[in-house]
Amino acid sequence: MLSSKMSLAFGRASWTSVSRGGSLRGLGMTGVRLMSTDGEEWRASNAEKRYGGLKDADRIFTNAYGEYSYHIDDAMKRGDWYRTKDMVVKGRDFIIDCIKRSGLRGRGGAGFPSGLKYSFMPKESADGRPSYLVINADESEPGTCKDREIMRSDPHKLVEGALVVGRGMGARAAYIYIRGEFIHERKCLEIAVQEAYDKGMLGKNACNSGYDFDVYVHFGAGAYICGEETALIESLEGKQGKPRLKPPFPANIGLYGCPTTVTNVETVAVVPTIIRRGPEWFAGFGRKNNAGTKLFCVSGHVNNPSTFEEEMSVPMKDLLEKHCGGVTGGWDNLLAVIPGGSSVPLLTKDVCDDVMMDFDALKQVGSGLGTAAVIVMDKSTDIVAAIARLAHFYKHESCGQCTPCREGTGWLWNILERMKVGNAQKQEIDMLWEITKQIEGHTICALGDAAAWPVQGLIRNFRPEIERRINECEAVQEKRAAAV
Amino acid sequence: MLRSSAFRAFVRQGWSQQCVRKDLKTTAKLSATGSVQHIDADYNLETTPFDFTDENYGEIRKIMKRYPSNYKSSGVIPLLDLAQRQCGGWLPLSAMNKVAKVLDMPPMRVYEVATFYTMFNRTKIGKYNVQVCTTTPCMVRGGYDILETVEKHLGVKAGGDTADGLFHVMEVECLGACANAPMIQVNDEFYEDLTPETTKQVLDDLINGKTPKVGPQNGRIKCMGVEGKTCLKDKPRGPFAPYLETLDAEERAEKKSEKSKEAEKK
Repeated sequence: MLSSKMSLAFGRASWTSVSRGGSLRGLGMTGVRLMSTDGEEWRASNAEKRYGGLKDADRIFTNAYGEYSYHIDDAMKRGDWYRTKDMVVKGRDFIIDCIKRSGLRGRGGAGFPSGLKYSFMPKESADGRPSYLVINADESEPGTCKDREIMRSDPHKLVEGALVVGRGMGARAAYIYIRGEFIHERKCLEIAVQEAYDKGMLGKNACNSGYDFDVYVHFGAGAYICGEETALIESLEGKQGKPRLKPPFPANIGLYGCPTTVTNVETVAVVPTIIRRGPEWFAGFGRKNNAGTKLFCVSGHVNNPSTFEEEMSVPMKDLLEKHCGGVTGGWDNLLAVIPGGSSVPLLTKDVCDDVMMDFDALKQVGSGLGTAAVIVMDKSTDIVAAIARLAHFYKHESCGQCTPCREGTGWLWNILERMKVGNAQKQEIDMLWEITKQIEGHTICALGDAAAWPVQGLIRNFRPEIERRINECEAVQEKRAAAV
Repeated sequence: MLRSSAFRAFVRQGWSQQCVRKDLKTTAKLSATGSVQHIDADYNLETTPFDFTDENYGEIRKIMKRYPSNYKSSGVIPLLDLAQRQCGGWLPLSAMNKVAKVLDMPPMRVYEVATFYTMFNRTKIGKYNVQVCTTTPCMVRGGYDILETVEKHLGVKAGGDTADGLFHVMEVECLGACANAPMIQVNDEFYEDLTPETTKQVLDDLINGKTPKVGPQNGRIKCMGVEGKTCLKDKPRGPFAPYLETLDAEERAEKKSEKSKEAEKK
């Protein structure tokens, strides 16, 4: 989700530098440029080694399907809370160094290097302000349902991660902000936190390490925008979830005016295992700069939609065929895939044939890994309607703070609704593109960009389809006029 | 004082109802349950009594422990949620005012929050709030068929209530269970992997006062694939920390060499 929002904010700089500069006229050119950016070295790596095929022994989330109890005793049997004290005692530099060496990139969307991000937190409080870790469990990006499995089936991974990462950035407490609709998940998490307190893993002298650390569970009430890091902080302070201007960045002034880092659930939950098994173990998966394992959640037109952990850089085709029973009606029936949650542009079948699922490869084909929420659409899908529905989502979820987003998302939806039935003119396709360009990059947070990208992806890849509908509609109207 | 009570009377006479519907409909954000403006109804007036139960006051004390004492306003969403639960799924004006009082916040700040977040229903709704997800991942798996089934089966359009006050139907945005699409949420529970038939079954169970099975309706386990699992077939291994052990070993070796060096010096 834009849980990733924060992350998208980070990701924006790099994305827009590639995609911008396409004026209305230069639309075709932009498309070409996007598709053939610098080298596509992933094709070479693809030929060199086929990633994927992660062994069960190397999976971090061993209880993703909730086959075992999530309570602390069973979690400890599965290896959670093992030698946590040693990790905490070894201290801040050790933890940050481990995360840096593991090559872990944020799992919320933009893939900013986590070790680097955590190291932005002040080493010592010069003015007595405490630091906070805020964990973003406001998972609401369409397609994304991975953190949910962590919270309801393996919550102790998250709670332990909160302590270790919190120690890593010198935080006094962690707030876990979970979306309001996840009531069952919240209860599981609250129970897990309570169990950890009861066992002395949290609170004063957590795990007997001499470090005091608290974990609190807070919840929202149904607003996608609260997955953006500063909106989340606003919401946690009891206000409307409207993103703040940056700077000041949360690492300086965040929650309650104190240094804060907002980070995704999965990022936090993998850290203890990385340290136990070694950063080099984690870095050994996936391509360079795209290290590790990742929870993928696949929805849409596949025979076996599910959530599972797989190695990074696994080819998309393998991912869908090995784990998801293939596309309904066979691979050739594939129309398009949204590879990383609704905020990223869609990919057509010819790209999906050999693209790898990692941050860099997907960026090079003009999309993004986002939250690794794969939405598969086969040829029975009305692709314009599917993207129009996403436009409606962004219109509904825009916080209304910035005009380009508040008004623009509505326009996108209106125009797409008409294009769905072909009730438009061909030049309106260019106008639509222009609107997306006017929204993108002109708003406080990345929701504007996230609303624009799927529409851009549609125009880039399915322009002939939109034109066909317009032609058809025109023909019908002409016929009608002639009849009269 | 006089002016405000006169104004309130004016509002009660239905001025707002008239205007809100047509003239004032601008780009203002509309919540799931209608206008952002409060509309007086005989069951939802500023004077309607509301107080938290003793049990809930205990809960409030627990909630407020999470936040610094000078940032009480952090508790506004949890408290509004508590009030909504106490009122049976909707949030009267007097409850918002009560929350403002408990948290020492200006009431306006509470209204801001209550109107911003879609989970707060500021008008009375049916006992079961049926929220049908129709965002793209659900849509491509037939989310709109489910919505149609719900609407037909209950005889009410999205946004409306059934005549018996049992159901409120809503079309909502992504609820975060996309691998289990299509799905609906009824009050606190998710019902996933629906077909029109299983949807009717769930609704019928609710009508008949039975508790329907929560979660996937097609027999699958959580997010595990319908065709069975493709991973996690091995039993999870127990606690182990090879990296920390290597570090321990290195540390021991270092200490040993230091000791032996010291011994040599001696």
